[in-house]
Amino acid sequence: MIHNGRLFALILATIAVLFALQFALSDYLVLAATRILIMAVFAMGYNMLMGYAGLLSLGHAMFFGAGLYAAGLSSYYWGSSLPVSFLIGILASAAFSFVIGLLALRTTGVSFMIVTLMFAQAAYLATLYFSRITGGDQGLTLPTDARSFSLLGHQMDMTSDPVRFNLALAIFALVLVFMFFVTQGPLGRLFAAVRENEPRTRMLGFDTYRVRLAAFTISGTVSGLAGALYGLVFGYIGSAFAGFHYSIEALLFTLVGGPGTLLGPLLGTTVMTMLIDRLSGLTTAYLMIVGVILILVNRWFPKGILGTIRERALPWLK
Amino acid sequence: MAEVTLLETRGLCRQFDALKAVDEVDFRLREGEIRAIIGPNGAGKSTFVSLLSGRIPPSAGQVIFAGQDVSRLPAHRRVRLGIAYTFQITNIYPSLTVLENIEIAAQSRLKPHLFGGAGEAEIRAAATEAAEAVGLGARLASVAGALAYGHQRLLEVAMGLALKPRLLILDEPTQGLSDGEIANFIEVVRRVNREATVLVIEHNMDVVLALADRITVLERGRLLAEGTPEEITANAAVQAAYLGEPA
Repeated sequence: MIHNGRLFALILATIAVLFALQFALSDYLVLAATRILIMAVFAMGYNMLMGYAGLLSLGHAMFFGAGLYAAGLSSYYWGSSLPVSFLIGILASAAFSFVIGLLALRTTGVSFMIVTLMFAQAAYLATLYFSRITGGDQGLTLPTDARSFSLLGHQMDMTSDPVRFNLALAIFALVLVFMFFVTQGPLGRLFAAVRENEPRTRMLGFDTYRVRLAAFTISGTVSGLAGALYGLVFGYIGSAFAGFHYSIEALLFTLVGGPGTLLGPLLGTTVMTMLIDRLSGLTTAYLMIVGVILILVNRWFPKGILGTIRERALPWLK
Repeated sequence: MAEVTLLETRGLCRQFDALKAVDEVDFRLREGEIRAIIGPNGAGKSTFVSLLSGRIPPSAGQVIFAGQDVSRLPAHRRVRLGIAYTFQITNIYPSLTVLENIEIAAQSRLKPHLFGGAGEAEIRAAATEAAEAVGLGARLASVAGALAYGHQRLLEVAMGLALKPRLLILDEPTQGLSDGEIANFIEVVRRVNREATVLVIEHNMDVVLALADRITVLERGRLLAEGTPEEITANAAVQAAYLGEPA
């Protein structure tokens, strides 16, 4: 049964519009859109924890990095095919986020932010420390035979822009529909319950630690899936992707688009990526302007773009 | 008719540093009754029911519910066994709607685990039924935080009802309600009592006398007296400790 029919229709319409974009946009913009779609998947993973379950993590780059490295290294060293490497990336980030969640969820609030940040920094430093394997700062470029795979008899070429765009879109669409069913169903109800009032939820008979662990693991796994996709589609893995910068990007994209809205991360990622792209052409101090915009957004629209629209006009936009 | 004991405590204690908030309490609750707990401020009433619901662990003693020792079970497990607790301070999900608030409780009973259990339609129907039972049937789509205080208290009770508990613990439910709201509340509790045993902490003696089958009096953490409303109002020790003083 589909609960929130209007939201589901909007999701399908969004996917259709995104598909049509490739016939309207220049090659450069199609490439930019590919990157935006993958980063939006990352932000959607982040949003699951921050927007729906109300836990602010400062370390989600570790999950993006876990997926990126597990997928990339298995392809690089074992020569596993891209779909297999992708699967390894997802499974590894699921296991990793489950274990980190077990530990980090013993804290809440500011302590939780600090603990996730510390784990992420340790993971980032590990990618540098083991640079003989990971390539460290320099990173690793995946070999030519890891740049294509066959799907139902078709050769999928990871150097072709349209193939990359459609692959990213297909996975984005799958994750978005998955997110819809998780957030709009019984599990999503429990996420909202622990976000809004954790003690009350416990007194209604729920083990709230487990509810949060479920949110954390799904969140980390989706973020890792985005990392695996990024590494395999663009054929490069490096430490920078596990750095603090990426944790903050997931947070910013979610905040701007609207935490706790399904399409917020896509909107936030698009707006911020385009903005940075334009601004960096005008001035090298573009991050200062981005900072000012973020302060303004936070001051007047703390619920982000879609969150504000939901509050004023469309309560079903969740 | 044989008396069935639903809940029993044996030597129940809870100490906060030097203060014995609950001190060696032996208590027995019969299935199907409405029991009121009264006592002066600081008598340990709230601490006592928190020990029953598992919100705080006991320093010593046992809590036995339906024949099972639940002393070491965490609160959420006791809820699943049938002990529902409504908070002294209104404790709802303010940004969710009335229906969404109650659905969370209904899901706990109908779909206790992530996989299997009832579907969404059944959860929604059960939540709607609980809302109607307390008179909130016309306000399902209202945001809970925007409700009048009296309605928020009723929402609390509806969440308790949706759990279909064997024991419903109400901690000062009529505090802050108007006389008209209190009269309605008494009706709601009587209706609840057809299916569940009710344990209510209450300061308002009119409510206590209107509802309770039996009354338990606590003073300084100890069980001072227990009996029917007539026995308690006639009890000299109770009058000295409680009824003689302004509440």
